[in-house]
Amino acid sequence: MSNELTVHGAVVSHDTHDLGHDGHHHHQSFITKYVFSMDHKTICKQFLITGIIWAMIGGLMSVIFRLQLGYPDSTFPWLEDILGHWAKGGKLTPEAYYALVTMHGTILVFFVLTGGLSGTFANFLIPLQIGARDMASPFLNMLSYWFFWTASVVMLSSLFIETGPASGGWTIYPPLSALGDANLGSKAGMDFWIVGMALFVISSLLGGLNYITTILNMRTKGMSMTRLPLTIWALLFTAILGVLSFPVLLSGLILLFFDRHFGTSFFLSDIFITATQTALPNEGGSPILFQHLFWFLGHPEVYIIILPAMGLVSEVMAINARKPIFGYMAMVGSLFAITILAFLVWAHHMFVTGLNPFLGSVFVLLTLLIAVPSAIKVFNWLTTLWRGNLRFTPGMLFAIGFVSIFISGGLTGIFIGNSTLDIHLHDTYFMIAHFHLVMGVAAFFGMFCGVYHWFPKMFGRYLNNTMAYIHFWVTLVGAYLIFWPMHYEGLAGMPRRYMDYSGWSSFNMFAGLNQFITDVAMVVFAVQLMFVFNFFYSIFKGRRVTTLNPWGANSLEWTTPIRPGHGNWPGEIPEVHRWAYDYGKDGRDFIPQTEPLGADEQHH
Amino acid sequence: MSTVFLIAILLLGFVITFQIAKASEYVGILKGEKKNFQQNNKINGFLMIVFLVLGLIGVYWCNELFKGKILGEAASDHGKKIDTMLYITIAITGVVFFITQILLFWFSYKYQHSETRKAYYFPHNNKLELIWTVVPAIALTVLVGFGLMYWFQITGEAPKNAMEVEVTGKQFNWIFRYPGKDNVFGRKYYKNISDAKNNSLGLLWDDERGHDDIVVSNTMYLIKGKPVKLIINSRDVIHDVGMVAFRMKMDAVPGTPTTIWFTPLYTTAEMKKKTGNPDFEYEISCDQMCGRGHYSMRGEIQVVTPEEFILWRAKQQSNYAQVMKDQAAPAPEKTDTTAIAPSAKIKMAGAAVAKTD
Repeated sequence: MSNELTVHGAVVSHDTHDLGHDGHHHHQSFITKYVFSMDHKTICKQFLITGIIWAMIGGLMSVIFRLQLGYPDSTFPWLEDILGHWAKGGKLTPEAYYALVTMHGTILVFFVLTGGLSGTFANFLIPLQIGARDMASPFLNMLSYWFFWTASVVMLSSLFIETGPASGGWTIYPPLSALGDANLGSKAGMDFWIVGMALFVISSLLGGLNYITTILNMRTKGMSMTRLPLTIWALLFTAILGVLSFPVLLSGLILLFFDRHFGTSFFLSDIFITATQTALPNEGGSPILFQHLFWFLGHPEVYIIILPAMGLVSEVMAINARKPIFGYMAMVGSLFAITILAFLVWAHHMFVTGLNPFLGSVFVLLTLLIAVPSAIKVFNWLTTLWRGNLRFTPGMLFAIGFVSIFISGGLTGIFIGNSTLDIHLHDTYFMIAHFHLVMGVAAFFGMFCGVYHWFPKMFGRYLNNTMAYIHFWVTLVGAYLIFWPMHYEGLAGMPRRYMDYSGWSSFNMFAGLNQFITDVAMVVFAVQLMFVFNFFYSIFKGRRVTTLNPWGANSLEWTTPIRPGHGNWPGEIPEVHRWAYDYGKDGRDFIPQTEPLGADEQHH
Repeated sequence: MSTVFLIAILLLGFVITFQIAKASEYVGILKGEKKNFQQNNKINGFLMIVFLVLGLIGVYWCNELFKGKILGEAASDHGKKIDTMLYITIAITGVVFFITQILLFWFSYKYQHSETRKAYYFPHNNKLELIWTVVPAIALTVLVGFGLMYWFQITGEAPKNAMEVEVTGKQFNWIFRYPGKDNVFGRKYYKNISDAKNNSLGLLWDDERGHDDIVVSNTMYLIKGKPVKLIINSRDVIHDVGMVAFRMKMDAVPGTPTTIWFTPLYTTAEMKKKTGNPDFEYEISCDQMCGRGHYSMRGEIQVVTPEEFILWRAKQQSNYAQVMKDQAAPAPEKTDTTAIAPSAKIKMAGAAVAKTD
């Protein structure tokens, strides 16, 4: 059995001749095969590559505004070359700075970590791991991508309009986002933002309904819900969260659009604009109402981002520890608990808006409750590693890194979820550090974990390992170097979304640190570009996969041909006889889900 | 030139990395997959423990470096409670942080792949899972308990003897209103606002209770040891009154007044001594994104002794009196007599500069 412990030699290939032709292939033109494809695997790649492009744009934005933060007194003439009058003389204007911050948030939260992450792995893994030939509705699935694409085009084009893109923060709180006279980015840029996000919501709903339907109805014979890999459970709960919360955001956006253009007063009241010296006619609206609507999506949204990452990490960690995931039912249960609680905590973003203190206290209780399922998950991951036989594949490294980052970022949630501390820490760098670690870096680690692990299944080739190791270690160390010291800035009360701190006696003592963070951020960004290079290079030139099941995994996707065609399995869909985590059972390295239970096999 | 040079170095570094990466892939194939895997696994396993050790040293070092720059003594009674709560939370989460991170990287190092060991089939254990459900639940109950106790103390009713100050945010500075001798604020209506007519808050002059209201901008005067209740408004978009030395924060929402109260414990002069910083000022930072000038929306608070406050207030002219005087003698005149630290970044509020109409 020892040959099964090597990384790439787990199962002797008997199918190397099969490279993408599964017997019953129909003729497809380039357009139907690669552009308007209804094959979930192609749609997955479309989402992934669009997500990667967005991530590079969003990441580059953060590098540019970090330059301003790290070197507030310097000028960078090349900035004027790329940004024109937004960076006259090589220095960002405040409008440009706020536009960059806003679009960085919007792009990363929605277009990369929602569209890119869920879109990629839900599309790829759901049919392959539950044993289905495709999604319940391949056509809606295709529409889901193309709505995402259209949303991307609208959002991207907002960067190029004369008054610039939205610049009121990714949370687009009115009145700032409603009044073009109060904020340059709230002119046409905000309309582009609203339209772009509306299209994005449609894409997300089409995708989500499809994922739920597929998981519930199209599991292969024997694949009961409790035999599903945890990836599928995570993606199911993610889709449910999205379907129930995105419409609320859309309704808020529609009301905002009405306030902007049709003279309604949902969110506007008692406003006198200094720049134009005019009092607006709107009375009786409440800007706080918008925050309720926004965060009713906004909070589930952070779980929409992190749950798929949790699922991917659980799966990859068990495979590479050669051990079952510890506490499968507890893992499912905690995903479920997080899903429920996700809808009951939104107002913890609003402790200092004048919210009724009693209402606030209820949200404190519910918010800190989320720490319990989160703690269960962390301890279960730790126990999965305990007495395992760990293979540090790139996917596994990112899984371990995910747990570390998730702990660090999660624990600070206990600070700001507690309203007393939130009074001091709200909207400071402590908050920035918290959510960048727990839903930014952690979700990226989950995504990298998934990409490195399933790249061989997606493209029939491996990513380069050496570059992967460099990518992992620099990113892990870099993430801590960037975000750990930010907690200290936040404890000192340093507010977020300031482009220059030098005028403040309370916050100007961190100039050296800000510069250090910017330097590290540039290095980390460069290493991400190396990953992108590795990704595209390896699609065409990577080492070929020669075995069906290179990681020695149990789940169904590794029973398909190396390059599965449309329909995934050339013959019958395999039947499932056991859960996906029989690793190291009864002295055997792994037992695929397709293998019937032995007569004297112990029950798990 | 230096930019080109930098890009060249980056590209060169990248090409070298790429060549090494390709070469090691070929070497790996020559060495045999198994040997290659074992070597890589050893290296990564070793790096796990290196990361843990260096990381822990880094955490300690970072703390040594910055602990003097954060959380100077809280200057309000509520601030002291918040600091206590902060230390309780740091203690509890700190223990969890070190235990889990050490276990994570230590397990990763200890249980790295070995030919001689078989992974232990351990799918679940109800007792263990119960323990790490109940223990975090208890720890969180403690945190919720302390948190809510302080929360209700801080957000509870202000004491009867609290002085009231109305704070209004606008793009991009602060306006403060004191109720005058009658201790009652006069009525206002936002459509009445006119910076040109020196009525920055839109006070209604037919309400006599407002005739003694004092309106100043940029600097708020508070009394040491006297509770103060801030009534917070906004004239345009959402702002946030952030007072880091007091550890207090509250949004300014157009159309919906909000309130907070606290008791300043030290005068500005005392804080200058306490912090050893002669430039110390109590600052009001806007903590809610409000537009292009958000980062420079700075206000100041002077905490003074009761005697100094009485003296200061005696020197102030009410907004109404200013307006009446302007109408009588239309000459541009600077009416704000408060000592404002001049800052190039902060524009004087319209309210501070009386203009004729």
